[in-house]
Amino acid sequence: MRKFGFMLLSLVFLAFAVSGCGPSNELKIGVSAPLTGDISALGQSTKNAALLAQEEINAAGGIKLGDKSYTVKLIIEDDENKPESTATVFQKLINQDKVLAIIGSQSSKCSNAGAPIAESAKVAQISPWSTNPNVTKDRNYVFRACFIDPFQGKAVAIFAKDKLNAKTAAVLYDVASDYNKGIAEVFRDEFTKAGGQIVAFETYMTKDTDFSAQLTKIKGTNPDILFLPNYFNEVPLQIQQALKLGLTAKILGSDGWDNPELIKMGGSAMEGTYFSNHYSPDIDRSASKDFIAKYQKKYNIMPDAAAALTYDSCYLLFKAIEKAGKADPTAIRDAIAATKNFSGVTGDISYDGSGDPVKGAVIIKIENGKFVFDSAVNP
Amino acid sequence: MKQHQTTKPMSLITKLRTATPSWSILAIAFLALSGVLELLGDMDYLNQYYLHILIIVGMNIILVASLNLVNGYLGEFALGHAGFMAVGAYTAAVIATKIGPPGLPTLIIALIGSTLAAALIGYLVGLITFKTVGDYLAIITLGFNMIIVNAIQNIDYLGGPRGFIGIPKATNLFIVAICVVLTYTVLRNLVYSDHGRRWISIRENAIAAELMGIDINRAKNMAFTIAAAFAGLAGGLWAQYQQFITPKSFDYIKTTDLLVMLYLGGTGSLSGSILGVVFYTVLMEVLRNVLSMIDPRLAELRMLISPLILVVVMLTKQSGLMGNREWRWFSPRKEENTDESCS
Repeated sequence: MRKFGFMLLSLVFLAFAVSGCGPSNELKIGVSAPLTGDISALGQSTKNAALLAQEEINAAGGIKLGDKSYTVKLIIEDDENKPESTATVFQKLINQDKVLAIIGSQSSKCSNAGAPIAESAKVAQISPWSTNPNVTKDRNYVFRACFIDPFQGKAVAIFAKDKLNAKTAAVLYDVASDYNKGIAEVFRDEFTKAGGQIVAFETYMTKDTDFSAQLTKIKGTNPDILFLPNYFNEVPLQIQQALKLGLTAKILGSDGWDNPELIKMGGSAMEGTYFSNHYSPDIDRSASKDFIAKYQKKYNIMPDAAAALTYDSCYLLFKAIEKAGKADPTAIRDAIAATKNFSGVTGDISYDGSGDPVKGAVIIKIENGKFVFDSAVNP
Repeated sequence: MKQHQTTKPMSLITKLRTATPSWSILAIAFLALSGVLELLGDMDYLNQYYLHILIIVGMNIILVASLNLVNGYLGEFALGHAGFMAVGAYTAAVIATKIGPPGLPTLIIALIGSTLAAALIGYLVGLITFKTVGDYLAIITLGFNMIIVNAIQNIDYLGGPRGFIGIPKATNLFIVAICVVLTYTVLRNLVYSDHGRRWISIRENAIAAELMGIDINRAKNMAFTIAAAFAGLAGGLWAQYQQFITPKSFDYIKTTDLLVMLYLGGTGSLSGSILGVVFYTVLMEVLRNVLSMIDPRLAELRMLISPLILVVVMLTKQSGLMGNREWRWFSPRKEENTDESCS
């Protein structure tokens, strides 16, 4: 026991002592990603996109500060999609690795756990994918690269009302998840405000697999559209059950749908459905096309929205560091806040006072088993 | 390591003194050390990351040690510990944000409130739960954990699934250390008192214990209530440290983490709970540092290597690192010092 304890102790000291060092011509940036846990696929996209950005910027000579070039070193840590692990990751990145800024985390609950730490240490945090409005609220050092839930709910409501000419709508959402609940409520308010009528507002709990009771009730109200602001692993089952019951409503969703698994699981049931997203792979935009080509070449898969947003967050930060002109977290924070018309993969990003960017959403249609760009909705 | 006797319930009944001076000395030394570390951290001499790990370790020690009361000493298999933590965390969050101004009095009220609230819920749950034993008890406690989490998710006042945001930060290492000492003083005094012996006798043979005149349900419910109370205390500390809590942090995954640390350290041992928590937490952080030092792309290997190490440890030491054994400091001094502990 004693011998073992001694070995462990010496390993601890060795690990902690060595990991603080590094060459002086490096700019360290932390990445907090859910590499393991319930959304680990998303964590892998995050890692892939971040490493791609790092490789590119270093191949292009790194970041110039004054007349000296620095290479970018990303420190990618696993937050397991748990708030308490995210807090540990943030503490480590800020105090142990002394990073200049942090990209992450992905889910809102994790970003919310990291944010107070970044805020009190005065280190900028850019979350690529956290759409919960609370994440940036009353915070100076916390930014995000995506739109927020209320905007997405509004975008889908406008699309349903104007493009699909819907008069009545039904909603089925997971009441136990903040993401689903947030979008569903905003959609309800915005759709009603635009003159539509919500005929059914049904709920279920995460991991439910039988939705027939709710869907039967929805079918009874005969809505023009059915809105499912839920995650990709549950949506196919809901749609298949709805079709089995003979529901004819047009089906809409939100960015939680964005995953290739959606079509694999749903098959032909997914045809003709729409969902709002951060970006569309086939949008006519050179930055997007470039990124998709490079990502596909390197990893042999299509990038999802989380990958695109992480890539944007990385470049947003690189540009800000360059503009700040020095490796100082506060100057970098100011440079991020002053970002105007940054042309990213997922659209143009500007900040106007808050940590939420001014940017639009796209509506994607599923046709022949593919995600096809349908239209853009701007704020 | 030399072989030694396990502490049998019988040998504990030999005359013992409850409050030995060595315990108070240990407690004071521990508090002084954590106070110094906290001061060093405040003055930026000590890396906040280390301080953070120590605080997490402290909170987990309270959780695991209290779970040990039910799963170790009482010998039941309860799976709802994170639920009581949630009760404590949300009670503290409400008290800290909606009632008092930030400061020490509010912190104390919040911690007392979270302890009492969790104890009350624990008592009520215990009344129902202990009509069953074994696997059924595991299922019922798991069910209560889910009920508590789902209930919070549906209360908008508590932030619902979005979580409770903006709790003032009041917990620091010294506060956590005080709570750890408090927990251990209470647990140690209970475990080596008649109550502890009742629990152990129920664990060893419930029917025999009942024949000896022990009110089994009452004894079980007492252990359960006390365990829930300390889980609530840890939850209260947690909420005021992390400043943000979400119902999903308290689901069965959290309970599972606690169980891993408990069984790693060894059930039925106060020192085992400390060793389990420290070993697991330090292992995870060492792996994090070592892997990110070698190559940033290896970060997810942590979740592959650490379970492997756990499997190896559990295979070589089947009753956990300290199963049913105790460090000398933790067991009250006996008249005849027959079973010396090792290390």
